[in-house]
Amino acid sequence: MRLGKGLAIGLVATSCLLLSGCGTKNKEHAVTAVGSTAMQPLVQKAGSDFQQQNQQYTVTVQGGGSGTGLSQAETGAVNIGNSDIFAEQKDGIHADRLQDHRVAVVGIAPVSNEHNGVNNLTQRQLAAIFTGKIKNWKEVGGKDLPIIVINRAQGSGTRKTFEAKVLKGQQPVKSQEQDSNGTVKKIVQNTPGTISYLSLPYLNRELQTVKVDGVAPTPRNITTNKWKIWSYEHMYTSKQPSKPTQAFLAYLMSKPVQAKLVKEAGYVSIHDMKVHMTPDDRVLPGNQ
Amino acid sequence: MNNIQKKLVQPSAATHQDRRGRLISFICVSFIMVLTVAIIGFIAIHGLATFTENHISVWDFLTKSDWNPGQMGPNGKPEVGALAMIVASFAVTLLAALFATPFAVAVAVYMTELAPKRGARMLQPVIELLVGIPSVVYGFIGLVVVVPAIRSVFGGTGFGVLAGAIVLFVMILPTITSLTIDSLKQVPGYYRDASLALGATKWQTIYKVILRAALPGIMTAVVFGMARAFGEALAVQMVIGNAAITPTNLVSPTSTLTSQLTSQMGDTIMGTLPNNALWSLALVLLLMSVIFNVLVKFIGSRGELKK
Repeated sequence: MRLGKGLAIGLVATSCLLLSGCGTKNKEHAVTAVGSTAMQPLVQKAGSDFQQQNQQYTVTVQGGGSGTGLSQAETGAVNIGNSDIFAEQKDGIHADRLQDHRVAVVGIAPVSNEHNGVNNLTQRQLAAIFTGKIKNWKEVGGKDLPIIVINRAQGSGTRKTFEAKVLKGQQPVKSQEQDSNGTVKKIVQNTPGTISYLSLPYLNRELQTVKVDGVAPTPRNITTNKWKIWSYEHMYTSKQPSKPTQAFLAYLMSKPVQAKLVKEAGYVSIHDMKVHMTPDDRVLPGNQ
Repeated sequence: MNNIQKKLVQPSAATHQDRRGRLISFICVSFIMVLTVAIIGFIAIHGLATFTENHISVWDFLTKSDWNPGQMGPNGKPEVGALAMIVASFAVTLLAALFATPFAVAVAVYMTELAPKRGARMLQPVIELLVGIPSVVYGFIGLVVVVPAIRSVFGGTGFGVLAGAIVLFVMILPTITSLTIDSLKQVPGYYRDASLALGATKWQTIYKVILRAALPGIMTAVVFGMARAFGEALAVQMVIGNAAITPTNLVSPTSTLTSQLTSQMGDTIMGTLPNNALWSLALVLLLMSVIFNVLVKFIGSRGELKK
């Protein structure tokens, strides 16, 4: 009994010591980045590379969605909030309390099942499909097959970008919604008649992308805005980011990372952009 | 003398131990109670904010099925109607229970009455195995096996109430089965002996005596299974289609309360209407689980075996 008690006290004491030890180390040298799942592969890879080169820092990356990223960064719960959309575009976020760091650009491409018989649509047709005005693939030159729209979950950053660029304020059709990129992929691959959209890093060869007005979603077309459906990958921090956070952001923006890692992961380097976008979705010439 | 008196009057070591034990369990119990009350209070505060702060009418929430809390509807008010999801949740739950109950009862009867030793030895691990499989695996199997199968048989997309119910059927089967086994085992042996002594066959005994006597227990098992089905999120989300549309048939995409919650919670900001509306869905789920609990208590108290 006495031995047990001593053991318990000892255990509690050691774990307290260990925990507090971790705590002090974490506070000074840790970077936490939370948010957009579209950005997660990039930030995760960059984080582990950064950690390897700078052993004194630890980088923790989590998903959770753009909304989570923005609100957590605003309250200061995390160092970096990852988001596909401008903080100004999200209700309930005070954009003036946050500092925007645009680390990359991501293209979004419509994907459809290869049995539909269509791999090119006009901008107008694409909008008509996602607003429910066109209901059968034969209306756009494909097979006689009803169109099944798979949307992303309401509030998703990818969906917001897609709707801003394609629907331009029109009401989307009521349709199926999926919140995970993997599930969208599986459904579009297996179900004839389906159409959805994915950010480019999540695409693979088995999925058929759809050209819009004959333009393919390539990195080159994105840099000149010939491919219009793209968004920034924002990393929002507080106005005075901590030292490790600054170091990590500088690392992400550095030439080697932008030229290699960003491109390999399927994103477009922020340095290559020949245009820039404003928070109200206007695209202007010149890289900012 | 004095020493002995002291020893007799003072509480013994065992008494101290007794008191300590009681104190510890009291602390644990009160902690659990505080936790429960806090969770209910938290969900209620956020769930009711939709109606108190955002001024959405409760009636609209329960009877309309346009779900789009992030945007203004045609009448200038946000669309917060949860009927489609409530209907879908009930449809999936009831259908799954309908599928699962006969199987569960059959398995339980086999294990307790027909082949008690051999049956139990074979089936017990199988049922336990079903419990251990994570729900995302059920969802994935549903997505790549059940949905395409439904599509090729019934047409449509394959996503919908039927796919959800089939996945849930497998998931709640172990719950209902093991609780049914317990209630069959509780039927006293002399019921069986008496029935057989009167000349009833084995089947007559099972059907007319044992199942009748165990009926309240079986019903409790079904309600527990339904509670589990009603609250299941991930697996259903993968096969139901997540379209906030009232289901018109078994193979049209729809959405349950839980599937909306899980797919949208990450993209809403605390304190805004889209977030509050999701808490309201959570509140509906909480109320339903309270109702399921009350139902179990009610069945239990009504159906106690009277001796």
